[in-house]
Amino acid sequence: MDSTWAALYIFLLAAFTGYEVISRVPVILHTPLMSGSNFIHGIVVVGAMVVLGHAETPLEQAIGFFGVILGAANAAGGYAVTERMLEMFERKPKGGQ
Amino acid sequence: MENFVELIYFLTALLFILGLKRMSSPNTARSGVIWAGVAMVAATLATFLLPNMHNQLLMLVAIVIGTVVAWIAAKRVQMTDMPQMVAIYNGMGGGAAGAIAAVELLRGEFGEAQGLKLLAILGALIGSVSFTGSLIAFAKLQGLMSSRPIQFPAQKLVNAGVGVGALLLALWVLVSQPSFPILAFFLLALSFGVLMTLPIGGGDMPVVISLYNAFTGLAVGFEGFAIGNAALIVAGTVVGAAGTLLTLLMAKAMNRSLWSVLVGGFGVEQEAGEVKGSLKPIDLEDAAVMLAYASKVIFVPGYGMAVAQAQHKLREVADVLEAKGIEVKYAIHPVAGRMPGHMNVLLAEAGVAYDKLYDLEDINPEFPQADVAVVIGANDVVNPAAHRKGSPLYGMPILDVDKAKNAIVIKRGQGKGFAGVENELFFADNTRMLYGDAQSVLGQLVQSLKKL
Repeated sequence: MDSTWAALYIFLLAAFTGYEVISRVPVILHTPLMSGSNFIHGIVVVGAMVVLGHAETPLEQAIGFFGVILGAANAAGGYAVTERMLEMFERKPKGGQ
Repeated sequence: MENFVELIYFLTALLFILGLKRMSSPNTARSGVIWAGVAMVAATLATFLLPNMHNQLLMLVAIVIGTVVAWIAAKRVQMTDMPQMVAIYNGMGGGAAGAIAAVELLRGEFGEAQGLKLLAILGALIGSVSFTGSLIAFAKLQGLMSSRPIQFPAQKLVNAGVGVGALLLALWVLVSQPSFPILAFFLLALSFGVLMTLPIGGGDMPVVISLYNAFTGLAVGFEGFAIGNAALIVAGTVVGAAGTLLTLLMAKAMNRSLWSVLVGGFGVEQEAGEVKGSLKPIDLEDAAVMLAYASKVIFVPGYGMAVAQAQHKLREVADVLEAKGIEVKYAIHPVAGRMPGHMNVLLAEAGVAYDKLYDLEDINPEFPQADVAVVIGANDVVNPAAHRKGSPLYGMPILDVDKAKNAIVIKRGQGKGFAGVENELFFADNTRMLYGDAQSVLGQLVQSLKKL
């Protein structure tokens, strides 16, 4: 099996995982979960770093640099926003009282 | 060393999935994001260890700039402004995916690997649209530009033209290697994101932000394939799929198909029906008496409550009523506020136990038994016009506040909701309007109630 096929299987399984993880989620968590998944695609910062790491011309460096800033902002901002939302669930007394 | 980094990426993907899973249950949600956060830091640090990498100092500087600015902005912003923060950070992720593709395409990195090049280009297209589209969504929600649909002559034609142009250029980039089509391709893709978002009204923004979130996930996944990075592939694809499902759930909650959100502006073909009756104001004392002698009260919070930061005062009112032995419930419309769950988060912040929050299907049968339903800054989600054909709201599930014995509507002024439709509920015989800023009105209600 060559790597293209392996990649397709990864894609399939990851897509299924994403679907399953979110399919039985209460409405109450929709906003935090959107925010959480927004944070998770902040992993793009790693890709931007790899690209910047191989950039040679000033143009490539500039675009890569810009990409890393954007990716880092996605990750850091996404985390901070999600954390702030979820913090609220924690302080609250457990239901039923 | 490379294997070590790959191992870290593998664990990162695992922690992301477990973290997302934990985030989908209220009790474990917080630990979920912390797990994912640890994984993110580990993956970023590990990337510095990859062999044959240059520009490490530039990376470090860029990471520090991006992290510090975004972190401070996210910590400072009001809870009510969270939806647009999600939008802007999401857009940045899309931009980063576009930047990855731009560099790879400029370098002619793919050689004969047309499949990978195609994925890189697709990721660039989707990421660029998500980037500028999210910026427009941010600007609309932040009030930097009008949140109404922005329209101009032959808009659909222009949009379609730009979209098709971007696709053709994408094809050109795929089969050739000069720099010109790359630049033109990105310009068209970025413009398409702007054009696509302009005609969408503020009311549909939650769906659109969620859609762009899924877009960015997919773009990140595609770029992961293009640069051969498994962490990006897995995390991006998981978010792409989860985000798509979330988008469809939201669109369903608003009873709007994704297509109509994207193609038709909200309330474009308006048929303003005549509304009978008049607006009947009520003063605070009377409202307090009405509440104090009720046996069942249902609160219906909306965006107005969020804007006024009135969730704490609302809880105080509820506490006073409960102390008097009155049954209090909260009716949460799936799209009240600017995002599904927006109200739940705010009320949770104010310390309202979440077993008092009821979804639309659960609370609607209870309105006829409610003595008073109090609407706090909600509008379209309680408009009975949604039951009537020809209304721009037709088909949207609403909270049946009009079925309650009495309704009090707390509202800043006489303006219309996002859909720009008069609200028939406000003109109904058993509805009273209590004008003012939600926070101060509720604060005064607490005082009045305590005196009774």
